[in-house]
Amino acid sequence: MLKKLSLATALAAGLVSSAFAAGDAGHITDYDFSYEGPFGTYDQNQLQRGLHIYTDICSSCHGLKFVPMRTLADEGGPALPEEQMKAYAKEFPINDEFANPKLFDSENEEYRALKPTDNFPAMASPGNGYGPDLSLMAKARSGFHGPYGLGINQFMQGIGGAEYIASILTGYTGEEKEEAGTTFYENTAFPGGWIAMAPPLYGEDVDFADEHANDLESEAQDIAAFLRWTAEPHQDARKRTGFIAVLFLSFLTVLLYLTNKRLWAPIKRKD
Amino acid sequence: MAGIPHDHYEPKTGGEKWLHSRLPIVGLLYDTLMIPTPKNLNWMWIWGIILTFCLVLQIVTGIVLAMHYTPHVDLAFASVEHIMRDVNGGYMLRYLHANGASLFFVAVYAHIFRGLYYGSYKAPREITWIIGMVIYLAMMGTAFMGYVLPWGQMSFWGATVITGLFGAIPGVGEMLQTWLLGGPAVDNATLNRFFSLHYLLPFVIVGLVAIHIWAFHTTGNNNPTGVEVRRTSKEDAAKDTLPFWPYFVMKDLFALGVVMVVFWAVVGFMPNFLGHPDNYIEANALATPAHIVPEWYFLPFYAILRAFTADVWAVQLVSFLTAGIVDAKFFGVAAMFGAIAVMAVAPWLDTSSVRSGRYRPMFKFWFALLVVDFFILMWVGARDTEFPNDWISLIASTYWFAYFLVILPLLGIIEKPLARPATIEEDFDAHYPAKGSASAAKPVE
Repeated sequence: MLKKLSLATALAAGLVSSAFAAGDAGHITDYDFSYEGPFGTYDQNQLQRGLHIYTDICSSCHGLKFVPMRTLADEGGPALPEEQMKAYAKEFPINDEFANPKLFDSENEEYRALKPTDNFPAMASPGNGYGPDLSLMAKARSGFHGPYGLGINQFMQGIGGAEYIASILTGYTGEEKEEAGTTFYENTAFPGGWIAMAPPLYGEDVDFADEHANDLESEAQDIAAFLRWTAEPHQDARKRTGFIAVLFLSFLTVLLYLTNKRLWAPIKRKD
Repeated sequence: MAGIPHDHYEPKTGGEKWLHSRLPIVGLLYDTLMIPTPKNLNWMWIWGIILTFCLVLQIVTGIVLAMHYTPHVDLAFASVEHIMRDVNGGYMLRYLHANGASLFFVAVYAHIFRGLYYGSYKAPREITWIIGMVIYLAMMGTAFMGYVLPWGQMSFWGATVITGLFGAIPGVGEMLQTWLLGGPAVDNATLNRFFSLHYLLPFVIVGLVAIHIWAFHTTGNNNPTGVEVRRTSKEDAAKDTLPFWPYFVMKDLFALGVVMVVFWAVVGFMPNFLGHPDNYIEANALATPAHIVPEWYFLPFYAILRAFTADVWAVQLVSFLTAGIVDAKFFGVAAMFGAIAVMAVAPWLDTSSVRSGRYRPMFKFWFALLVVDFFILMWVGARDTEFPNDWISLIASTYWFAYFLVILPLLGIIEKPLARPATIEEDFDAHYPAKGSASAAKPVE
């Protein structure tokens, strides 16, 4: 009986988990991402498309203050060629003068160009019309909850941060309302249904060099995948480590099982 | 008590004798490792080794994490991101540490409920039990303060809520809370002291664990029958026991291997499953999260804390009798700590002369209900307090207290226990009969 209970303890610890911020959650589409599951990895091309969208559109209001420029060249990320990453950093505009005092070059009285060792600029958030920092957004939101607070959906589908982001971007209905001087936009994915962010993507907002699809659904998934990478840059390496650990530990456990069995055989009169 | 009779370390060479007469450390290690252990221990006796492993894992990963972490309100969150992004293997260290805390609590709950079922808390093991409860409290304190360090939204607001509990103590509460926080609210002073104490407490736990082990090495392990090892002679004791090395070391290592496979799968493939997304948002004193939820391992006691609202007649009665000194808030706090206190005094509440639940037919039912109750509390602790959750938590909390304060004392009087084996050897032989033996009894478990 207690054997079963211990199993139940272990299970319940897994089940009674994180998905508590429920409330009147919006509708989240369970998009398929390449990095899902124990063996899923980031799609390098998708991350590059996402970076493209972030650069052209999101970056005018949202910072990525925890993401160093150099990591754009990292394996398991967008993996830009070294030279391209350096050029990208150099060209990157600094929109928010107040949030990045360290980038101010007091001799020339101007903002210096970003180096690979710099992070993406921060945005004073929120306020001045700027949105929250997106570095960790894909881990700071959960798309899936329940049922009944049991965490089973998160176990099956993942926590769903990227799905949440993609669903927000595709969830605008076109309705607007004004409250206390602020315009709110109806969004089927946003908890409560009304969001302060104007629709940032409409489809065909960017053109990709390889002529990849740039409809709204596709763009939303690309940027969501990119933000998943900014939030969890070492995911591919982590899964690899996890897999190797599980493999070796399983082998070791089998050996320990056999050793233990043989050791106890005479005691249990099974030899 | 001299312990179970067994062979002790005998220094043989000149060098060994020289050392032994000055510092008998080899003898101590030998006796500890070769301690006679009841040979009928089942798989619920593996959690001690898992817990020891967890403690070492947390200390080792924690020390390295502390090399890269900055306990300052402006820098803490960013320093954790620095660990996650820039430190070599830092993401692995942090995920091991965070999920290691969860494994620690899975193991400690299994360990505690094993003790409750097999009566491990009963005489002569009360000290082992009490020390264990102190370790559990120290673990909770350590885990709580550790959760504040990343300085996310749940860190900050969890700290605000939990330290607020001390503010509910009548009279000295507010003073005590300010003293704990190092100021009127959770701020840099709080973060600094929590970091300091989070580093200190694990070493206090190491000391407590040593005493815990010392205590049960003196009384001997309990076992599934609850029947004591025979101490009449070395030969009798040897019939009931096996030396810890190699028999239980190998068994425990195998169990640890199984647990590690699951643990590494969680760390490798779903490291944030047991965390809360809000803790990836930097702490903001101006924005309260929609739901402030503690980590899963605190939920049963959090549920008890919230169960006793001002609507409950018992709370109103106590409030009336104490002329309002004990309000609903303090009642809840007292209930939460009381829930652990009643568990700690179980050795004196349990009146049954039979140790193991295996031979207690009525006890089995009420114990199973307690386990279910624990999971219900854990579940409801994460839900909102709307109907019917308020009633569920109130009933479940009441049962928790009823089990310890009413059912355990009563059962010992009204229950008719089953026949117990005379010796551990008898129980073991019933499970593993000698070849050709007619009495091929079916294994019980």
